Amino acid sequence: MQMETIPGLARRALPSYWDLAAFIIVVAVLVGIVSGSNGVAVPLPRPEAPIVDLDYWNLPYYALRTTLRMFAALAASLVFTFVYASLCAKSRRAEMVLIPILDILQSVPILGFLSFTVTFFLGLFPGRVLGAECAAVFAIFTSQAWNMAFSFYQSLRTVPKDLDEVSRSFQLTGWQKFWQLEAPFAVPGLVYNMMISMSGGWFFVVASEAITVGDVSIKLPGIGSYLALAIDGKRLDAVFAAILTMLVVILAYDQILFRPIVAWAAKFRVELTASSNDPTSWVLTVFKRSKWLQALLTPLGWSLKKIRFARLRLPAFGKMALTPPRLVAIGIDWGWYLLITVAVGFAGWKITEYVSATLGWHDALEAMGLTLVTMVRVIVLIALASLVWVPIGVWIGLRPGIAEYVQPIAQFLAAFPVNVLFPFVVAGIVFFHLDPDIWLSFLIVFGTQWYILFNVIAGASAFPNDLKEVAANFHVRGWLWWKHVMLPGIFPYYFTGALTASGGSWNAAIVAEYVKWGDDKVTAHGIGAFIARATEAGDFPRIVLGVAMMSIFVTLLNRFGWRRLFAMAERRLRLD
Amino acid sequence: MANANAATLLDVEHVHQRYRNASGEEGSLVLDDISIKLIEGEIVGLLGRSGCGKSSLLRIVSGLNRPSEGNVTFLGTPVTGAVDGVAMVFQSFALFPWMSVLANVELGLKVQGVPDDEARRRALSAIDLIGLDGFESAYPKELSGGMRQRVGFARALVVNPKILLMDEPFSALDVLTAESLRTDLLDLWTEGRMPIKSILMVTHNIEEAVLMCDRIILLSSNPGRVAAEIRVTLAHPRNRLDPEFRQLVNEIYARMTARPVQREPPAKDGAFPGLGLGMALASVSTNSLAGLMETLATKPFDGHAGLPNLAEETGMEVDELFPIAETLQLLRFAEMGDGQIHLSEAGQRFVNAEVDVRKKLFGDHLLSYVPLATRIRRVLDERPTHRAPLNRFLSELEDYMSDDYADTTLDAVTNWGRYGEIFAYDEAAQIFSLEDPT
Repeated sequence: MQMETIPGLARRALPSYWDLAAFIIVVAVLVGIVSGSNGVAVPLPRPEAPIVDLDYWNLPYYALRTTLRMFAALAASLVFTFVYASLCAKSRRAEMVLIPILDILQSVPILGFLSFTVTFFLGLFPGRVLGAECAAVFAIFTSQAWNMAFSFYQSLRTVPKDLDEVSRSFQLTGWQKFWQLEAPFAVPGLVYNMMISMSGGWFFVVASEAITVGDVSIKLPGIGSYLALAIDGKRLDAVFAAILTMLVVILAYDQILFRPIVAWAAKFRVELTASSNDPTSWVLTVFKRSKWLQALLTPLGWSLKKIRFARLRLPAFGKMALTPPRLVAIGIDWGWYLLITVAVGFAGWKITEYVSATLGWHDALEAMGLTLVTMVRVIVLIALASLVWVPIGVWIGLRPGIAEYVQPIAQFLAAFPVNVLFPFVVAGIVFFHLDPDIWLSFLIVFGTQWYILFNVIAGASAFPNDLKEVAANFHVRGWLWWKHVMLPGIFPYYFTGALTASGGSWNAAIVAEYVKWGDDKVTAHGIGAFIARATEAGDFPRIVLGVAMMSIFVTLLNRFGWRRLFAMAERRLRLD
Repeated sequence: MANANAATLLDVEHVHQRYRNASGEEGSLVLDDISIKLIEGEIVGLLGRSGCGKSSLLRIVSGLNRPSEGNVTFLGTPVTGAVDGVAMVFQSFALFPWMSVLANVELGLKVQGVPDDEARRRALSAIDLIGLDGFESAYPKELSGGMRQRVGFARALVVNPKILLMDEPFSALDVLTAESLRTDLLDLWTEGRMPIKSILMVTHNIEEAVLMCDRIILLSSNPGRVAAEIRVTLAHPRNRLDPEFRQLVNEIYARMTARPVQREPPAKDGAFPGLGLGMALASVSTNSLAGLMETLATKPFDGHAGLPNLAEETGMEVDELFPIAETLQLLRFAEMGDGQIHLSEAGQRFVNAEVDVRKKLFGDHLLSYVPLATRIRRVLDERPTHRAPLNRFLSELEDYMSDDYADTTLDAVTNWGRYGEIFAYDEAAQIFSLEDPT
C-alpha cells in the first residue's frame, strides 16, 4: 500500500467563482432532471416488482445480479473517465468549467442524488424493469466515476515531458498517443482509484437495489433487496446470510479481478529501478503460464494492437493547427465567459424558482441547522476514530510481521458495505432504548474508520529507519516521541485516510441517521435524516435543498479545513 | 569529412526565441538571432552552459517547438512540426517503461504503419547494430543507464533518419559508461554503418565536444547567441592526451570564461539604473563556494589554477564548476579569465578565517556586489516592520527574466543572505525579515 495523492487536493485551496458556478450548474441539472421526469413519472404504473424471497439458495443468483450491476457501472465509469478527462486535458475552455464541476461532484454526498436518478430512469423506461436496472447502475456509477475521472485527468496533465516529446517527434496521432502514452501512464492511478470506487460501489448497490421514492418503489433481484426484505421481516438469520454472501463476493472480486489488475498495473509505473516487492497475483500467474489460455487470448491481443496503432486522427481539441491570432483567441474567451455567465445565471434563477415554490427561508434555516449538527457529528466521530486507530495503527505498522496480516484485513473492511450491518445496531438501540442521537452516530464512522487504520499502518511501516534510530539514540520517549517523531512522520498518510473517511461519513450519514428495523424507525437529528425522510416522501424540493446544503458544507469544509491541512503537510512533513 | 560541395541538410536562419510565461505573454529573449547550417557528413556540437538555450534550439530544429522568429528548413522544406528524417536521442533516455526493449524500438515503425514482420526485422537489426542483443524482451527498468541509452539510440536509428539530434545523450551516465557509448557511436559513424547523414548534438562537456565533433558552435548565455565557431580537424579516433587536443580544450575553456562584453539585458534596465537586478544567478550552495575557495587555496594550486586542471582535480563537469567559479567572481572572491581562476585577497582571507568572520565577510561582499541582496536589505531597512514578502521581489524579478530563472535567482540570494546573516527568511510564510530566530 503506498500513499497516493488525493485528486484535486494539491490544487488551489480557496473556493473560486468557478466553484460557485459549477455548484449552481450541478444543482440546476438535478432540478432539471426532477422537473423533467416528474411529468413522465406521475402516470407511471408501479413497475412489476420482481419477487425477491428469503430462501438462502437464491443468494448466489442475487449475488451474481448485484455483481453484474457493479461491472456495468464500472464499465460506464471507465468510458466516462476517458471521455470527460480527455476533454478537460485537451481543451482549456472545457477545463475551466468541467473541472470545478467534477470537484463539486466529488465532494458532494452522492447518496442524496439517488432519488433524482431513480425518478429519471423510471421515467425513461416507464413500467419496465430496465428502467429500474438503469437507475441502480447509474447510482453505482455516480459513486465511482468522479475520482476515477480526476485521477485520469491528473495523469494526463502530468505525462512526462520527455515521453511526450518522443511521441511528438515520431508523429503519433492523437489516437495512437492516447493508447501508447497517455492511457498506460494513467493506469496505476486509475487502478488505485477503481479499487477505491469499488469499495464505495458496494455501499451504493446495497442502498440502490431497494428504494422507495414517494409512491414509486423498486426492488431488483440482488443482495441489497434481499437485505431490505430481511430487515422488513426482522429476519436476523437472513441478514446474517446476506452479510456472509457479501463477504464471499467481495473476497472473490478482490482475488479474481483486482489482484491481477494491480499486479499487471505495476508494469506501468514510471520509475527507474525495479522494485523488489512488486504486487503478485496467483490468478495472473495462472493466466500467464497457461498456454491454452494464452492461445485463446492471442487473437484478441492482436486485434487490440491493430486498433491502438490505427492511424486515426482524433480532432485535436482546442489545438488548431494554426493558432488563431491573439485578438481572436481573446474574443472567443470572452464569448465563452459570457456564455457561462448566462448559463449559470439562468440555472440559478431556475433553482430559486423551483425551491421557493414550496419552501421558504424557514426551511433553508432548518436545513442549515441540521447540516451543522451532522457536521459536528462527522468531525467528532472522525476525531474519536483517530484517537482509537492512530495508536493502534502505529503499533501495528512498526511491527512488519503483524502489519503484513492486518493490512489486507483493514483494506477489506474498508470495502465492506457497512450498511448491511446497520440492522444489528438498530435492533440493539431499540432493545436497550438508547438515545439515537448518540448511538446512531457511531454508524457514520462504522465503515469509514478503516481508511484511517490502513493509512496509518502504511505510514508507520514506511517510517524511515534512520529516524527511528535517531529517536532511540537520543532517548526520545513518551509524549515527546509521539509529538516530534511519529505523528509528523505519519501525518500525510493519516491525512489521506481521514479525508477519505470524512467523505465517506457524509454519505453514510444519509443512511445512518434514519434507519429502519421492521416497523421500528430510529432517527437522529441531522441533514442525513432530513434527506432520507424527504426521499421517502418524494418531496423533491426538500431533497434539493438538503443535498445542496450538504454539498455547500462539504465543499467549504474541504476547502477551508482539509486542503489547508494538506498544503501544510505537503510543505512541512514530507519525508522524501 | 565535411567538404565544400556536400549538400546542406538543415538550415537554421535568424532564429529568435522568447520566454513565454504561464499566461502566454512573451518575455525576454532566450535565443538571439541564431543561424546554423548542417552539412552532410559532419557532427556538429552545440556547446554552452545551462541557460544558453541550447536545448531550446534543438527542440526548434526537431520541429517540437516553433521559434518566435526565424526559419528552419530541412532539405529545402520549412520545418513546421515534427518531420520524418529527423530523430532525437534524449538526455533522460525517454523510454516507455511499459514497453519491452523491442516494443520501444519498434514504436516509430508501428506508428508509420510498417507491416509487423518488417518492423520486427528492422528493429532486431537496429538492436543488433547498437549492441543490445539478448535484451530484446527486457523492460527498461531492468537495464542499466548505458543499456537504456543504447535503446534510445536504436529507437532513433531504426526509422532511418537523415539527421540524428542528441540532447546531452551521455550526461546522465557515469564516466566509464559514457565513454564506451561515445566510442561505439563514433565507430559506427566513421565506419558508415548508420543510415544517418549528419549529427547535431547538444553538450556542456568540452572534452566530449572536442572528441566527437567536426564543428563546435559555442553559445553564450542569457540570451543564447553564437559566440564562436570552432573547426576540429583532428582525425578519428582522437586521443585526449594529444597536445593538439589539449590545446583545443584549453582554448575553448578560455573562450567560455572570457567576460562577456554586455551581460545585463539593456532594454528594461532603465527602472533601476546601475542596480543590475536583472542578473540571473545560479543556485550555488555556500558550502560549494567555500569548498572551491579552500581547494584553490591549497596545494597544488596555491591560489591559482587553470580551469581544465581544476575540473579534473575536483571531478566536476563544466556545468557544475562554472556557476561556482562565476559566483566567486561576482562576489569578488576570485578573478577569472583566459581559462584561469585566481583567488582574490578577500578569498584568501575567507579561507583563513573562523566561521563567524567568514559569515561577516560573505555578508559584506553580498551586500556590496549582489544588487538583489542590496535591494532586499534596503527594503527591509526602510519598512517600519522590517518585513517583506517573497512575492514582492519575485514579481520585480519577473520583469527581467522568466519565472524559472526568477525563482532560481531569488532562491540563490535567499540562501546566501541567510548564510551571510544579512536577513532572515521564513519559508512557511515566505517572508523576509531582519529578525533573528529566537
